[in-house]
Amino acid sequence: MSDTFFSGAPHWTWFIILYFFVGGIAGGACFLAAILDWFGRTEDRPVVRTGYYVAAWGAILCGLLLTVDLGQPLRFWHMLVQSHNFPTIMFKAWSPISFGAWVVLSFGAFSVLSALGVMAEEGRIASPALRAMHRGALGKLVAGISALLGFSLAGYTGILLSVTNRPIWADSPWLGALFLASGASTGAATLILLAPGRGATERSLAWLSSFDTQALVVELLILVAFIVSLGSVNRVWLSSWGWGLVLLVGVVGLGILAPLRLHARRQPVANAARLVLLGGFLLRLATMFASEGIERYRVAAGM
Amino acid sequence: MPDAMGFFTDTTVCIGCKACEVACKEWNQLPAENGGIRELSGDSYDNTRRLDGIHWRHVRFIEQFKGPYDGRWLMMSDVCKHCVQAGCLEVCPTGAIIRTEFDTVVIQSDVCNGCRACIAACPFGVIDVNPVSGTAQKCTLCYDRLKVGLEPACSKACPTDSIQFGSIAELRARAQKRVDQLKAQGVDAHLYGADPTGPLGGLNSFYLLVDKDEVYGLPHKPQLPSRNLARSSSFSVASAAVLGILALVGLRKRRMDDMGGAGGRVGGGGPN
Repeated sequence: MSDTFFSGAPHWTWFIILYFFVGGIAGGACFLAAILDWFGRTEDRPVVRTGYYVAAWGAILCGLLLTVDLGQPLRFWHMLVQSHNFPTIMFKAWSPISFGAWVVLSFGAFSVLSALGVMAEEGRIASPALRAMHRGALGKLVAGISALLGFSLAGYTGILLSVTNRPIWADSPWLGALFLASGASTGAATLILLAPGRGATERSLAWLSSFDTQALVVELLILVAFIVSLGSVNRVWLSSWGWGLVLLVGVVGLGILAPLRLHARRQPVANAARLVLLGGFLLRLATMFASEGIERYRVAAGM
Repeated sequence: MPDAMGFFTDTTVCIGCKACEVACKEWNQLPAENGGIRELSGDSYDNTRRLDGIHWRHVRFIEQFKGPYDGRWLMMSDVCKHCVQAGCLEVCPTGAIIRTEFDTVVIQSDVCNGCRACIAACPFGVIDVNPVSGTAQKCTLCYDRLKVGLEPACSKACPTDSIQFGSIAELRARAQKRVDQLKAQGVDAHLYGADPTGPLGGLNSFYLLVDKDEVYGLPHKPQLPSRNLARSSSFSVASAAVLGILALVGLRKRRMDDMGGAGGRVGGGGPN
């Protein structure tokens, strides 16, 4: 019996699951947008623009979900500034939740900057200076920082779970890598679904589809490493009809293997993208509830 | 600087009266559960069942019965362990959890914003949310009483001195004497959390037990949540690097295909 079975569940449920899901999409989409912004072609601009919009709206939604989930939402700022020592900064690099609060804030700021640049590029904001800045070196730098912060957001959510004493989450060091890979695949899937509305070309979509295939393979390999690294604890998860089934059928079957098959057959990429998004959501759902559902060992044992 | 203070709980003399639970609730003005309508556990005389945001003391009843005439009751008054290396303090993102001058660990309710990271970080399942305040709460080792030279309410109320309060050095010496005495009587007793070189640097609330740690609902080797931080972070960075390389290789391949397919002509628009 792992020593993690004696800890209490933190009641991180729907808001946090949605936050992890949206954070992964926003981070992944921003990373892909920045890659195309730096190294892509003019024909990729619709995907770049879509990616920055997804990142900005995702970051804003993440901040709202995190705040609403707090027991005292009006004290959200206590994570950023020392309430008893205003205005001294509150930051603990070794605490993933403290690190994450700053990542959400910074990612929000940089992705909104990129989105404003995109609005200027599209002519929705009449600012030639902003447009020039967005397409220049400064814009590229902002995009690069946004991409790094986006990947940090997607990955830290898994690290946050590993740095606890909860069963499953703290029994493996692979959750950060898993959520990051899932963020990349769901980010690509979101762009596949939304970018055509902004005029994305078939060639851009083909690149996204190809990247999504590779990200899904990476995700599957990490998922296997994660399950193996759990050791005997994985039986608690996989043998349960509820969350074990969601993981094997929902995440592995529908969320990874089925879209891989669709991508390989060059089937309509939108269907594969929808399945990837479903899988990404179910991954977080099953991971969170599989551990949340394990009540303290002593209670379960009737002690 | 005052001495490190804490509790030594000798479970062999606990009679399960729950006076400590009541004293704790009364002094700390903790609300009743379920509006005061007590739901019976149905399988134990213990109806508190666990520590949480409104139960900072819990007398655990461990009923070990093989038959009607063959069994024993183990009782243990459980509380926050005030770990020397505290996982809750380590992860708290608001600075609400502090170490006091008495080497105890206290959550400042006016600073906590209810993020609940400390609940998942505690290896003992001690902390939970108080639904009235919306913040995480646990035993403060009666910090307010200690400040004015008073003993914590629970140990003051304990009628058998199962819960003993004092300086950690003195309590450890007393606890070792008690273990030696029990061993001389043939009782297989041991101390949990008294060793400063043990897990979490020792516990400032430690116990004398006569069965395995797990039987009392205590992890055998509690650990800090940060044990996973370095490996988890490096795996994530490695995964990000792999995905970044895959994306760039994909773009390069597309460019090479373009150049090959168009006899050197770059198609699909100029460089960005």
